[in-house]
Amino acid sequence: MIHTWRSAFRGQYAILICSIIIALFFIVALLAPWIAPHSPIKVDLLQKLKGPSMDHWLGTDHLGRDNLTRLLYGARISLGFATMIFLSSLLIGILVGSVSGYIGGWVDSILMRLCEGIMAFPNLVLVLGIVGIFGPGLMQVLLALMLVQWVYYARICRNMVVSLKERHFIAAARISGSSSWKIIRRHIIPNVQRPIIVIGTLEMGWAIMDISALSFLGLGVQPPNAEWGAMIHEGTSYIRSHPELMIYPGILILIVVITFNILGEALSERYGVTRR
Amino acid sequence: MIGYIGKRMLSVIPIIFVATLVMFALIHISPVDPAEAYLTAAHIYPTEEVLEQKRHEFGLDQPLLTQYLHMIGRMATLDFGTSYLTNQPVWTEVAARLPATVELALWSMLFAAVVSIPLGIAAAVYRNSWIDMLSRCISYLGASMPQFWLGYLLIFFFSVKLDWLPVEGRGTWQNLVLPVITLSLVLIAVYTRLLRTSVLEQMQQTYVQYARVRGLRERMIMLKHVLRMSMMPLISGMGINLGKLLTGTIIVEQVFSWPGFGRYFVDAIFNRDIPVIQCYVFFAACLFILCNLLVDLVQLYMDPRISSKGRAEH
Repeated sequence: MIHTWRSAFRGQYAILICSIIIALFFIVALLAPWIAPHSPIKVDLLQKLKGPSMDHWLGTDHLGRDNLTRLLYGARISLGFATMIFLSSLLIGILVGSVSGYIGGWVDSILMRLCEGIMAFPNLVLVLGIVGIFGPGLMQVLLALMLVQWVYYARICRNMVVSLKERHFIAAARISGSSSWKIIRRHIIPNVQRPIIVIGTLEMGWAIMDISALSFLGLGVQPPNAEWGAMIHEGTSYIRSHPELMIYPGILILIVVITFNILGEALSERYGVTRR
Repeated sequence: MIGYIGKRMLSVIPIIFVATLVMFALIHISPVDPAEAYLTAAHIYPTEEVLEQKRHEFGLDQPLLTQYLHMIGRMATLDFGTSYLTNQPVWTEVAARLPATVELALWSMLFAAVVSIPLGIAAAVYRNSWIDMLSRCISYLGASMPQFWLGYLLIFFFSVKLDWLPVEGRGTWQNLVLPVITLSLVLIAVYTRLLRTSVLEQMQQTYVQYARVRGLRERMIMLKHVLRMSMMPLISGMGINLGKLLTGTIIVEQVFSWPGFGRYFVDAIFNRDIPVIQCYVFFAACLFILCNLLVDLVQLYMDPRISSKGRAEH
């Protein structure tokens, strides 16, 4: 019984269910300004720390702002910025990786040593270091996460390119007059798709966690903007009287990240991508 | 074998070198002027004259190469400069806070190992049973739960509701319980999965079949053969996941007001205390690199075949 349920859950169904959940979160994030019942930043001290009511389904926070609204807007920041980090680091990674693998020689050596140098730091430590040097703020956090993440894509891409370069169909394409750019675009990128989808899915989860952790530390999203990590931080001051203020955003982070993780694992099993 | 060890140890040097270069580059492409950061942190009004004087003092008017060589030279002697905020040498301040962080990290690793080794083995041996499901749930939770949130949840249940354990501080064993649990969950998640996979892998090997054919008891096979081989990926996993442990200490120290290096680092970020930031980042990178080296050497000791067949990329 457990076995059948599990194998079903790990295969097609897991991918389907997780994709639906993630799609829902994205829809909510996109539509937040239209579906949210209140303003996310409007202070109403008369309404502060109220319990659930018809007007405020999940109650209000210490400044009388509607919790549900802030949670919906939080999805916007978490998912939006995670997507931005994913896309930009992917772009840099593919570019550097393909160029490095394709040209080879000293260009390859220098770029790969640079990757190793960045990977020599524990990820979040380097991110914190960059934020420390450049100063707190969402843009700096984004830049830092991007600078750290592209390395992984670059390495996958580069290794794939190096192994593909010697294959006959690439040689055939080159002989028949395709430009390097065309070969990268038409033959190499389709081949690195699968590992990139897997790593990308997992990275979305990490990025959301990292953004929330940095906001929790007070380095990312600045008040009064609604972001889940920052909301947890604000909620902790009321942990004795109103623990739900910090519990709600945490549950949302957990759900989103766990969904991305399960999806990533299901995809890696389906595509037969080994990862470490 | 000696040759392999020597080669592996030498390979550390260029990585550390590149790491220092990355850091140096970061400080210099940053729009923040260290002299200005110093004056802000020290609450001195930045007139052009004072700025100029500070720049000269920090050697910022020297050519980049000189500055870089100077930086490496100082780092080699553990001289990270003086904190902008307190004017104390950074290394003395760090050395005072390091034991607290090491204490937290070691207990967490120990706790994680004590939980995940039996759990990982049981999950592999009783595959698809409830215990396997449990280990799976724990690893998903551990990998997906924000550590700071977990910390506050534990504070809420065990300190606020039940009033069993203190909220913050350091000193007694009660103070250790919640931070250690918070920090080790993510490690347990990783270790358990690693061990489960590697035990399953080893159980497919021919030497296990051979041992069975020889009539060895299953328990013997597990304890004497499979376990020894399965520990290898776990050990390398510990090295790779050191980053998780380090960043974990930063967050956990913040949540539980643990007076360690991680908290000092976060305070430094807020004050733009660049020498302290530089020291932490460099220290973390060195620790990371050295631990991976150590892991390789331990693996070599446990499986001497590695030096002849060369080391697999991991």
